[in-house]
Amino acid sequence: MVPTSGKNLDVPAPRHRPGDEPEFDDLDIPNAGTVARPDVLTSPKEMFGYANTLIRVLNMKNDAVGEWNPKLSPDEMRKGLTDMLTTRIYDDRMQNMQRVGKMSFYMKSRGEEAVAVAQAMALDKKDMLFPSYRQQGLLISRGRDLLDMMNHCLSNSRDNCKGRQLPIMYTWAEGNFFSISGNLGTQFCQAVGWAVASAYKGEDAIAATWIGEGTTAEADFHHGMTFAVVYNAPAILNVVNNQWAISSFQGFAGGEKATFASRGVGYGMPGLRVDGNDFLAVYAVTKWAAERARNGGGPTMIELFTYRAAGHSTSDDPSKYRPDDEYEVWPLGDPIERLKNHLIAIGEWSEDRHAEAIEQITAMVTKKYKEAESYGTLNSGERPEVSSMFEDVFKEQPDHLRRQRQELGV
Amino acid sequence: MTNMNMVQAINSAQDVMLERDNGVVVFGEDVGYFGGVFNCTEGLQKKYGKQRVFDTPIAEGGIIALAIGMGVNEMRPVAEIQFSDYIYPAFDQIVSEASRLRYRSGGEYWAPITIRTPCGGGIRGGQTHSQSPEGIFTHVSGIKTIMPSNPYDAKGLLISAIEDDDPTLFFEPKRLYNGPFSGDPKAPAQSWDGHDMGEVPEGYYKVPIGKANTVRSGNDMTIVTYGTMVHVSLAAAEVSGYDVEVIDLRTLTPLDIDHIAESVCRTGRCVVVHEATKTGGFGAEILSQIQETCFWKLEAPITRVAGWDIPYPHAFEWEYFPGQGRVLDAIKKVMEG
Repeated sequence: MVPTSGKNLDVPAPRHRPGDEPEFDDLDIPNAGTVARPDVLTSPKEMFGYANTLIRVLNMKNDAVGEWNPKLSPDEMRKGLTDMLTTRIYDDRMQNMQRVGKMSFYMKSRGEEAVAVAQAMALDKKDMLFPSYRQQGLLISRGRDLLDMMNHCLSNSRDNCKGRQLPIMYTWAEGNFFSISGNLGTQFCQAVGWAVASAYKGEDAIAATWIGEGTTAEADFHHGMTFAVVYNAPAILNVVNNQWAISSFQGFAGGEKATFASRGVGYGMPGLRVDGNDFLAVYAVTKWAAERARNGGGPTMIELFTYRAAGHSTSDDPSKYRPDDEYEVWPLGDPIERLKNHLIAIGEWSEDRHAEAIEQITAMVTKKYKEAESYGTLNSGERPEVSSMFEDVFKEQPDHLRRQRQELGV
Repeated sequence: MTNMNMVQAINSAQDVMLERDNGVVVFGEDVGYFGGVFNCTEGLQKKYGKQRVFDTPIAEGGIIALAIGMGVNEMRPVAEIQFSDYIYPAFDQIVSEASRLRYRSGGEYWAPITIRTPCGGGIRGGQTHSQSPEGIFTHVSGIKTIMPSNPYDAKGLLISAIEDDDPTLFFEPKRLYNGPFSGDPKAPAQSWDGHDMGEVPEGYYKVPIGKANTVRSGNDMTIVTYGTMVHVSLAAAEVSGYDVEVIDLRTLTPLDIDHIAESVCRTGRCVVVHEATKTGGFGAEILSQIQETCFWKLEAPITRVAGWDIPYPHAFEWEYFPGQGRVLDAIKKVMEG
């Protein structure tokens, strides 16, 4: 037995649990347009403040204001809106199909669509993406055929992962989208390696990578930050702070004591903290970091402050650990609604056009899904060739694998 | 041809490849300016510049992740893990990432990285500078595990590893860096000077990955071994009074079972020797495969000589190290029952 006063021991707890009435009144949220936009080659030493504020462009009256306004054309904004809508509708369809047993697993990105879609738009197509598992919007923004994404999720005969990966662990070399690992954070420093190689070769392409705020607790985060600064890697290191890592709130990664962006400062790179539900602000900070990296300014860390509106995956029920309606009172709103309202406010969109877009995208997703199923699902129809499971272990198949394949009779 | 010790041969392999392919870079803890704690990269930074031969933060997981990222971006990184005893922080990056990347991406991505790391005991390194963890990695699909036993093979295999499009784990038995080792710590230190396998071409050549080598021919029995234990086994064979064949595996995975089977099916008797701990060691795999391919030709049970299943004990190095005496006992056991 030991005494158990625990007087100096603190185990963090989230602000709400199921049954609580959620409120975020005390969150420190500066008004849109109040943060200055520094020159892209500003020394990190002069940028401490950017880690402890929140860069915002869209205000509550749906205007785009301040120095960070990227001044996108209506067409660009409409593309962003449509890609976010497509991501959400695709997610809903796929999650439903998982629920009826067509695939083993799914993860939605509801509430954080602006992160992937706006960042993909702000980068060049030649830039390499090292995502975690919740940035499917990157693929959609870069124009990957939803059919191919579905074929992968269904592990069917046209899955470019050849049935070897869980759904959503996409790979798409043609779109400079790296193979997603199931292990958290492993890609963070790999992106730095890619960026170092790009710098070595004298190329203009940069690397961008994403991890969740919970994963900043892994050593990989420290590796990525350290190696990026040491070699001045042309890389953007994104931390998507969506408040929740399955059931653990961001306090379990130390988020109550300091912002995640402020960790960038400690390593010697700018840490920009941005309203992750503000499409224009996310676009603008990403563009800033990309320009900095391309001009030899090295890495930037971006904290995307957002909220994970869906469960972590199809394997958890979020109502078991947080109030069901917490997202509804999230003070930074919904990224799709906010960009939609801005476009309407400037006369470049309407409720009717929005409804029409949803209808069209839904029809397209339904049609693509039907086609994808015709190539098989996890449990029925065509599958990748069984013999292919012995391939790609090495470039050339060694004898022992050939023998094992023969033993299986395939 | 020129005489080289194993350090010089490994240095030369990297030098040759840095010269031939500007996608090759060499990095790790202390490998740049200092030239590595065993001098395996000495002079390379001076010759090729610090963008191609450089020091890293002390973070093995980061080193391998960096290598993977560079490998994905068309380069051929050669990463040093200073001692194989330090490789565990990189385990996830090696096992879950480098080894499986080609497979998990359906062949879209791969990282042709080479991980060099000194292994094995016999240098009074204690438990953190003496380990032989190869068996942990031979269990992993998608990475090739190599361990040379002499300068000629070391250089040729390292060049093959760097040129290989798959990840390779290149274990360097550090007791052999400066000379062969018969297993007797009291005997005068041997040198690679005048040794056949210390004669090394100065330029480019390759020793193929996945091919074992018979280093002593015989008809009575076969010893299958690799790394430092090749020399211990040869010394034991010399004094055993039997006509012993000794096979140096050189590559552990993919295993050259055909080469082993040809010999063991002919001699009917076999001893497997490695320095690593016994239980779950790579010897168990060799034994299984020999049993599967040669069972009806065997005249005696196959025997293993391996490190004891304990951490490497600093003060009892020579009680731990499987020396000539234990190999001789095993030879006698399979020959005489």
